[in-house]
Amino acid sequence: MAIIKFVNITKMYQMGAEEVHALQGLNVEINKNEYVAIMGPSGSGKSTLMNIIGCLDTPTSGLYELNSVNVSEMNDNQLAKIRNKEIGFVFQTFNLLARSNVLHNVELPLIYGGVNSSERKKLAKEAIDRVGLGDRSLHKPNELSGGQRQRVAIARALVTRPSILLADEPTGNLDSKTGDEIMGLFDILHREGNTIILVTHEADIAAHAHRIVHIRDGKVERDEKVANRRVVQHSAAVSA
Amino acid sequence: MRHFLDELKEGLSIAFGAIRANKMRSVLTTLGIVIGIVSVTLMGTAIEGLNRAFNKSIAAIGADVLYVQKWPWGGGQNWWEIRNRRDINMQQARAIEKNAETAKSVSPLNSTARNVQFGRKLIENAIVLGTDEDFLETSNVNVALGRFMTSLEANGGRPVCVIGSEISENLFPSESPLGKVIKLGGYPYRVLGVLERQGSFLGMASLDNRVYVPISRFFKEFRSMHGGGLSIMVKAANLSELEETKEEVRGILRKARKLSPKQQDDFAINQQEIFVNFFNQIGGVIAAVGLFITGLSLFVGGIGIMNIMFVSVTERTKEIGIRKAIGAPRRSILFQFLMEAASLCLMGGIIGIIIAFPLSLIIDQVLPTAMPVSIVVIALLVSILVGVISGFLPAYRASRMDPVDALRYE
Repeated sequence: MAIIKFVNITKMYQMGAEEVHALQGLNVEINKNEYVAIMGPSGSGKSTLMNIIGCLDTPTSGLYELNSVNVSEMNDNQLAKIRNKEIGFVFQTFNLLARSNVLHNVELPLIYGGVNSSERKKLAKEAIDRVGLGDRSLHKPNELSGGQRQRVAIARALVTRPSILLADEPTGNLDSKTGDEIMGLFDILHREGNTIILVTHEADIAAHAHRIVHIRDGKVERDEKVANRRVVQHSAAVSA
Repeated sequence: MRHFLDELKEGLSIAFGAIRANKMRSVLTTLGIVIGIVSVTLMGTAIEGLNRAFNKSIAAIGADVLYVQKWPWGGGQNWWEIRNRRDINMQQARAIEKNAETAKSVSPLNSTARNVQFGRKLIENAIVLGTDEDFLETSNVNVALGRFMTSLEANGGRPVCVIGSEISENLFPSESPLGKVIKLGGYPYRVLGVLERQGSFLGMASLDNRVYVPISRFFKEFRSMHGGGLSIMVKAANLSELEETKEEVRGILRKARKLSPKQQDDFAINQQEIFVNFFNQIGGVIAAVGLFITGLSLFVGGIGIMNIMFVSVTERTKEIGIRKAIGAPRRSILFQFLMEAASLCLMGGIIGIIIAFPLSLIIDQVLPTAMPVSIVVIALLVSILVGVISGFLPAYRASRMDPVDALRYE
C-alpha cells in the first residue's frame, strides 16, 4: 500500500528576479514499511522534495497524497496537524530545544497534539527507553554527546507513532562510529515496522536503505533496489 | 480545556525560561513598565488621599444637615426667578422647628461681616452669625470655654455672643474672654463662651474667625427683617432617613409659604450631596488628567516591551521553526510569545508595586491615605494588558513564519 504518492509534483521559487524550478514533474511512490534513501547532489531539489514530503511546504502543482489524504492544498494549520501526527523529523543538526531537558523535548509533539499529561509522560519515557537513553531523561541537550542528541531527536520523532520517519542527513554532524550506531538504530526501527525516508548525499549512508531514489534537476533520475545492504551489528546499535 | 491548560503551562515555562536566560535584558526592558506602574499607582494613591481629605472636610460640616435657602447650591437654573423669590423668615423656621418630627434640631442662620473690637484690638470683617441655642447641635460643634447662648437669651435678643477660637486668640491673647464686652460693628456684646477649634473648610475662610449672636438681636442691629433672608439648618434625626426629612421639611415650608399645589418650590433645600457631586466632577477631571499623564510612561514602557519582543522573536527563529516542524499550530506560537510579553510586564507590575508601596507611605505623611487594594489589582491587570497589546505584533509575526525558512535560520 502506498503511504506516499507524488504525481507530477513541481515546485517553483522566486529568487529575486529569477524563477527557480526546484522540482519539475516528479513522480514517486513509497509503500508502508519501506526504507528508502533519497540521494542527489546539492541543487538537485532533494531538500525541496524533503520539505514537501515533510509537509513543511506545499508543491506549486501536482498531487501529493499522504496515507491517501491529499495534502497538497492544505493550509498552514492543517499541515501543522499532519506534521504532528504523521511525520517524525530527524535533522542533521538535531534541532533540540536547548533550554529544555530530554524528557520535555520528547514530550513536546504530544503537548501540541493535545495528549494529557500522564499519557504524555508515559509515551515519552517509552520512546526515550527505546533509543537507549532512559537514564538521561533529565539532562539538557548540551550535557549530551552528538550521538545521544540525535537519539533524543529520534525519540522525539517516534513518540507520536508517525506514519513516516523523515531523516535529513542524520549522520552529517556525527563521527563515523557514532553515525553507524545511529544507522543501526534506524535498521532496528525499520525492522519493527516503521517507514523510513532518508535524505542524504552519502552513498555509504544510502546503502543502509532497501531502495534508493536518485534525484537530479528536479526529477527522478534512477530508482533502484539495493543489492548489498549495509547492516550494522545489532550490538553496536543498542550500546549508546 | 485541559489542552488549553497544558499550552498555558508550556507557554509559562517557555516565558520564564526566556526571561531567566536573558536576565539583564529582561530587567532593563521591564524598567519601563516598573516606572509606569510606580507612577500610576502613586497617582492613584494621591487621588485616593485627596478624596479622603475632602470627605473629612465634608464630614466637618455634617452630612446629615439640610440647608433651607433661597439659593440652590451648585449653580442656579433661572437667576431672575431665584432672585425674585420671597425671603425665608423666622416664622418659617419656627414652623419647621415645631412640626418636623424627623428633625433632631433646627437653627436659623444669617450672617454678615463686621469689625470686632476689644479695647484697642480690632479684627476687621469677621463673620457675625445670628442663630439660636440649637446651633451647637445642628452644626456639631463643642464649646471649649464657658457656654453657648440659652433659649432665653436667644429669644430675648440679649446682647451676648460666643466667639470662635481665632477671635479669642487675637482679642484675648493673655486673659480670659469670659464676661468681657466686645464691640460688634459698634454694638456691645458680652462674651459667654469660646468654641472649639474647627479649622477651615477646603481651604476657604476659617471657621474660627466667627462670632455667634442671638438671631433676634442680629436682625435688630445688623440687618432688617426684610433685607436678606434666612437660612435654616435642619439636622436630621437619622442620616439614613435624610430623604424623608427633606420631604417633610419641604411640605411644611410649602404650607408656611402658602404655595398652591400647582406652584413649584420657591426655595431650595441644599445638602452636601451637591457639594460632593461638584467635587466628584472636579476630582474626576484631576484623576483623568493625572492618570493620562502617568499612563504615558506605561505607554513608553509598552514600546520597550514590543521592541525587545521583536528581538526575541528574531533570535528564536530557529526555535519557532523546530516547534512548527513538530506540529505547533500558529495559535500556539502566538500564545507563547504573548505569554512571554505578558509575563515580562506582570513582573514589572509586581516590582512596581513593591517599589510604590513604601513611596505611598511618604505621600501618607502629606495627604493621609493608604494604597487601595483596587489600585494594586488594576495595576497588575493593566500591566498584563500592556504586555498582551505590545507583544501582539511580534507574536503575530512569529506565528506567521514559514517553517522552512525558520528552520534554515542560523
